[in-house]
Amino acid sequence: MLLLLEQCLNGLQYGLLLFLLSAGLTLVFGIMDLVNLAHGSLYMLGAYFAATFCALTGSFVTGAVLALLAMVLLGIALEIVALRRLYGRDHLAQVLGTFGLILFFNELVRLVWGPAGLSLPLPGWLSTHVEIVPGLSYPTYRLTIIGVSLLVAAVLYGLIMRTRLGMLIRAGATNRDMVMALGVDVKRLYTLLFGLGAALAALAGLMQAPILTVQIGMGENILILAFVVIVIGGIGSIRGALLAAILIGVLDTLGRAFLPDILRLILSPTAAAAVGRALSSMLIYVVMAAVLILRPEGLFPVARRCA
Amino acid sequence: MKTVALGLAVLLTLVASPLTAQTPVRVGFVGTFSGPTAVIGNDIRDSFELALDHLGRKMGGLPVEVFYEDDQQKPEIGRQKTQKLIESNRVNFLTGYLWSNVLLASLKVAVDSQTFLVSANAGPSQIAGELCSPFFFSTSWQNDQTPQAMGEYLNQRGVKTLFLIGPNYAAGKDMLAGVKLTYKGMVLGEEYTKWPDQLDFSTELSKARAAKPDAIYVFYPGASGVQFLTQYGQAGLKDQIPLYTVFTIETTLPLQKDLALGVPGAQEWVNDLPVAANVKFVAGYRAKYHRSPSFYGAQAYDAAGLINSAVESVDGDLTKKDAMRAAMRKANYASVRGPYRYGNNHFPIENFYLQETIKRPDGSYGLRTVATILKDSQDSFHDKCPMKW
Repeated sequence: MLLLLEQCLNGLQYGLLLFLLSAGLTLVFGIMDLVNLAHGSLYMLGAYFAATFCALTGSFVTGAVLALLAMVLLGIALEIVALRRLYGRDHLAQVLGTFGLILFFNELVRLVWGPAGLSLPLPGWLSTHVEIVPGLSYPTYRLTIIGVSLLVAAVLYGLIMRTRLGMLIRAGATNRDMVMALGVDVKRLYTLLFGLGAALAALAGLMQAPILTVQIGMGENILILAFVVIVIGGIGSIRGALLAAILIGVLDTLGRAFLPDILRLILSPTAAAAVGRALSSMLIYVVMAAVLILRPEGLFPVARRCA
Repeated sequence: MKTVALGLAVLLTLVASPLTAQTPVRVGFVGTFSGPTAVIGNDIRDSFELALDHLGRKMGGLPVEVFYEDDQQKPEIGRQKTQKLIESNRVNFLTGYLWSNVLLASLKVAVDSQTFLVSANAGPSQIAGELCSPFFFSTSWQNDQTPQAMGEYLNQRGVKTLFLIGPNYAAGKDMLAGVKLTYKGMVLGEEYTKWPDQLDFSTELSKARAAKPDAIYVFYPGASGVQFLTQYGQAGLKDQIPLYTVFTIETTLPLQKDLALGVPGAQEWVNDLPVAANVKFVAGYRAKYHRSPSFYGAQAYDAAGLINSAVESVDGDLTKKDAMRAAMRKANYASVRGPYRYGNNHFPIENFYLQETIKRPDGSYGLRTVATILKDSQDSFHDKCPMKW
């Protein structure tokens, strides 16, 4: 029972991390109608910046904050220099353009930080564990990830649903031309939005960094999952991204944890591990296929009026 | 006319130069020089370079030319690079090879072209058994041997129940199978993780905790070892269940620091072995690179020694492959682990030592030999190798 609870927590933590990555992606894709494959590069750069700033300042929190600020600026610069030119184009041009950015950033990181990768050590107060219920202690850092992600989700929800800026963003998603006609500077709105998306990706990257290593191409595998999340959740929907990310995280973790044990009854341990793992990662795509069949717009479709 | 003559003269020197210069010994070196395990690749390259320095950059009187290639830790890239080294660089020897899956993919190319391959690390069970070859030599071990030594140590410590965790690839399977061969207690569970991209071990650590074993045994080389130890510490398991490892605590990884204290490991070489060649190697390495060498490096240093012994035995006539093989089978060079013998499958018959991490008075960390666990240990697959000599 405790094991199930612990694995659910592991799944929740993984899911929330996926949410941070998908939130930025879904905003940019859903509202700006831009397929941004380079979102994974922003995730990677967030981790690299955090590792560098943490080493420079000697403080994890300061380093993380500086990395986030740097990434907002980088996101804004990237939007102005490169992505702005892709808005009017079809999705193929956007995919090609942002794929080029992935190659560019990978090579840039290789030049600046070298091919070996970095590590981001945690401060002592975060690398301990707490006992949540008797007999179950859980790493403090993973609890912190859960807390920070939920906080970000709440802030984002408030921002989108309760503020004037959020209203403009939602209106822009529904009918871009009408918002422009009402005299809103959509260009500036998009630049801001992209900066926000970059910061969210960077936050995911830097929070994941102490658990994984900081390395070139770290964003590419996880980006596929982020796309699955936004397709299941409904493109452009923060609420959808949150629920879909948690669903995917828990499904993946529980599948990985329990499927091999079930399969071990009939297979050898190595085969059970391989098959169990394959099945558990397939599970995600089966869910995506089912959602696409039953609700092609995703679980929480954003109302959209096409011109 | 004058220009034509000058041109001809230049051309002539171009044509003539390869004839007048000595043909060098060409060595192809395949390692991982990018990504998180590049630290290991750099270590074996540095050690190999140091060995060449100590040999005066000559083998059997011939100059040595080394071609370094990055396998990116991927079997298919490793095979491509091996092929390239054989076909376009026409190497006489291949060495390096950190990863068992890369070596398994590359072996056939080397054997088919009758190029000697000296593995400086990887030792998959298949190559010790049915795939053994007259063109393959190892200066490390067969993968199972180190964990077998660890299994023996677990018996000595009276560990009753054990939980195994390792990556799901050729060496990971060998490393878990090896410990099960000698360990006499009960194995409560074994987990295989996706290699090399899974670095989050929360699921596996949770299962290990729930199984309540006396000890956990893991194999995680390179950066994944740092991640495993960190997460093991963060999960609070360090106070609950002791950890036993092979290839997880490494001198290449200064990051582990306090986490590594008190976690025992097993290896065929430790930096403080009192062997003359080893003292020279360790001192030379520290002087040249200002850090401590690892067992990976020691094996690469030995690979250079073994290749040198082959070239010397034929006085630089690299076409005498049978004579070179006969020379290498004697292991007649100053190995940093001390003298050892070769089994019929060209894997060493050697000692294994228990090592532990210590914190030196100056605050730096290092490994220390505690005891000899196994003497003259031979791998358990040599019976399956048809080669006899």
